[in-house]
Amino acid sequence: MALSLSSQIVNLLAALLLLLAFAMLAQRRVLTLIKLFAWQGAALALSTAIVAHATGQTHLYFSAGLTLALKVILIPWLLHRLIDQLNVRWDIEMLINIPTTMLTGIGVAIFAFSLAAPISQMASTVTRSTLGIALASVLLSFLMMIVRRKAVPQVIGFLSMENGLFFAATSATYGMPLVVELGVALDVLVGTFIFGIFFFHIREQFDSLDIRHMEKLKED
Amino acid sequence: MDSPPSLLAAALLAATAWLAIGLLGLLPAGAAFVRRALFPAGAAASLALAALGAQGVWYPASSLVLPLGLPDLPFHLRLDPLAGFFLLLLGAVAAGVSVYSIGYFRDEAGARLRLICLQYHFFLASMAFVLLADDAYLFMVAWETMALASYFLVTTDHQRPAIRSAGFLYLLVAHIGAIAVLLCFGVMHGGGGDYTFDALRAAELSPFWASVAFLLAFFGFGAKAGLIPLHAWLPEAHPAAPSPVSALMSGVMIKTAIYGMVRISYDLIGAVRWDWGILVLVVGAGTTLFGVLFALMQHDLKRLLAYHSVENIGIILLGLGMSMVFFGFGHREAGVLGLIAALYHTLNHAVFKGLLFLGAGSILHATGLRDLNAMGGLIRTMPATAFYFLVGALAISALPPLNGFVSEWLTFQTALQASLIEHGVVRSLLPLFAAVLALAGALTAMCFVKVFGVAFLGRARHSAEKAHGDARLSERLGLAWLTAGCFFLGLFPAAMLLMLNRVAASLTGSSLSAQALESNWLWVVPTQPMQASYSAIIFLLVVLAVVLITVRLVRVFYHGRIRVADPWDCGYPEQTTRMQDTADAFGQPIRHVFGPLYLMKRHLPGPEDANPRYSIKIEDRHWYWLYLPLARLVEYTSSKIGLLQRGRISVYLLYSFLTLIGLLVFVR
Repeated sequence: MALSLSSQIVNLLAALLLLLAFAMLAQRRVLTLIKLFAWQGAALALSTAIVAHATGQTHLYFSAGLTLALKVILIPWLLHRLIDQLNVRWDIEMLINIPTTMLTGIGVAIFAFSLAAPISQMASTVTRSTLGIALASVLLSFLMMIVRRKAVPQVIGFLSMENGLFFAATSATYGMPLVVELGVALDVLVGTFIFGIFFFHIREQFDSLDIRHMEKLKED
Repeated sequence: MDSPPSLLAAALLAATAWLAIGLLGLLPAGAAFVRRALFPAGAAASLALAALGAQGVWYPASSLVLPLGLPDLPFHLRLDPLAGFFLLLLGAVAAGVSVYSIGYFRDEAGARLRLICLQYHFFLASMAFVLLADDAYLFMVAWETMALASYFLVTTDHQRPAIRSAGFLYLLVAHIGAIAVLLCFGVMHGGGGDYTFDALRAAELSPFWASVAFLLAFFGFGAKAGLIPLHAWLPEAHPAAPSPVSALMSGVMIKTAIYGMVRISYDLIGAVRWDWGILVLVVGAGTTLFGVLFALMQHDLKRLLAYHSVENIGIILLGLGMSMVFFGFGHREAGVLGLIAALYHTLNHAVFKGLLFLGAGSILHATGLRDLNAMGGLIRTMPATAFYFLVGALAISALPPLNGFVSEWLTFQTALQASLIEHGVVRSLLPLFAAVLALAGALTAMCFVKVFGVAFLGRARHSAEKAHGDARLSERLGLAWLTAGCFFLGLFPAAMLLMLNRVAASLTGSSLSAQALESNWLWVVPTQPMQASYSAIIFLLVVLAVVLITVRLVRVFYHGRIRVADPWDCGYPEQTTRMQDTADAFGQPIRHVFGPLYLMKRHLPGPEDANPRYSIKIEDRHWYWLYLPLARLVEYTSSKIGLLQRGRISVYLLYSFLTLIGLLVFVR
């Protein structure tokens, strides 16, 4: 079955997205993690724009622009400033070592693909084959949140999970209604701000952003 | 007669007026404003509501949709004869209690009184909305508001730990009951997504699901009404609340549970089954006996009255259960009679139990006492309260010509219809339940002989009651209003019979026999004139005549030879007040006869004890076989579930991750 050019490009970008998700899972440095996150956003914006071009859904252009502005420029810049001020640009501690995490990630990805296969066959969009990838990147980001010990990478994991969801929406149904997308984008932005404020508070309280210290908050 | 929605609108206005009065109480005005303006205004709204309710019984049902509530889920209101009758009950009792409160709360500080005023009027309004609600949504909102408002009223003196724990117990049982009621609505609506009562009426339930719905309603409303074994909150919460609130809770609030049971089983489910009736009868008989036997053992006046509320709910259920049995077997006339007896007793209990709680409140206010063993001779310092309390005591003891007698007599008449039933076992069971009722009536009379004798007669055991005099004017007005209610309901039963017949007819579509409907102001005939008839007025006249003639005869034959002397003192050199019969001593024979029922913790003084003290504590066995094991089970499970809380974000995220994976695997 010959695929159209746009479809091939979207597939390529989807593969890139998955690759970036794995790269983030394996990455030890916070700065690089933010860069990877920005790249993921860029791939997402590009693929959205191509889907918009291929299908003529004009509102997807807005989504692409929004993604570009928020997830490639604004949020990475905010995160940069944040880690500069908090002085936490060093290595990240993991709860589980990287090879194990990667193997788990591969298992999760396979699971996501097997899950998405029947849905993809039902869908009629040009992007349907990428649903598995979208699901896989959501789950991989979730995994990343679980295995990180510091607060900043957890937030990046959370944001990249949103990337995956957005991609899933684009690939399954050509995106959500514009109002919803605007709302989600605003949420992500506000969320980032709130996380930033929390970081300062957490560090003030515990002199560290290591979430192990928050175990003390548990009631006995 | 055409249906006037204006009646319903006026009732809505009166209920809203209560809300407004409650909010006005928050104004930073003095306590005098709250007492002199707001409580009388509340009483006026109560009277209006009672009048509207009494009117509503005689008109066809009218309904109204309010543009309030959630989007696409407006509040539905409906005033039908059943709701009208209960509104009459609510308004009539609340009017007396509100007037009484003017005097009762005279010593409250401004801030506290403002809060009481808010909670009190919200409590009243929420009960009105429970009765007016025509969809499950508004019903549950009002039901929960009622529970919360009364919880805050119960914990008015929240500084004391005992009252806080009583309030907690009440709130817990109320919530468990509310969950069951909510589930009952869920079962009844059968998947249509429409929770108006019209839709619930229209839903066709299979017998199994109808029974499930009935059991849930019986359990849920039973928790509010205080059926065994869910009664535990009643003897704790009623003494804890201020007396007017106890009167309202015991008089009206637990009756809303009866309203709920009748509404759901007769109206919403529709086809009543006889095996439900047997269940109601068994639970009702147990509740009746338990309530009166434990009431006999109490020496705290308000606890004693609370146990009598348990007993009277049982009596109401006996009537209701018999009605269900008769309807289940298709004897509709007898079924209607049972329903009328139950509803009549609901109203009667509201009136005389309100009166008794208010009387107990006056005693508490004047002497600071709730313990019967410390009272005595109160008739000399509080003659007016003594009279009103005596009327209430006679009414609850079901003595003619007062109101308690009429409804219990109607319940007996229902039981006597048992010969109509073809089912042999059931036919022979019904008289047993009537026997339980008779036993409970006798024990109640004994209990109130004890209360009146120990509290009001004899010599004062306590000197503090000299400090305050009798009840104030407004307290007396409230007491007199309810006393008049006792007399009216007892002397003119035919009016109530016809009114309740109308309620029952609108619910079930059948009514009493033609002869019964010919009951007039003089004679009440529940079934056939040759079977039974009762004339309260003739009875009253005969009693009065006999008393007057006796007094006259005594005067004639024993004239003037009255010698003032000390009573015979058995040769003891001195008499102390401790030589009188106490409340505990009075109940002692019953305690021996029914010994295995009670859990006694008794301390008897030894022969060489220099300072002998006797104490007895009667405990409820339910605590040990039901409540405490249940509490331990809950504690154990929650400690196990608490292990899930590790305090680590990663673990929490892992939980969500695994849940997500699990859902994706199983729900695709």
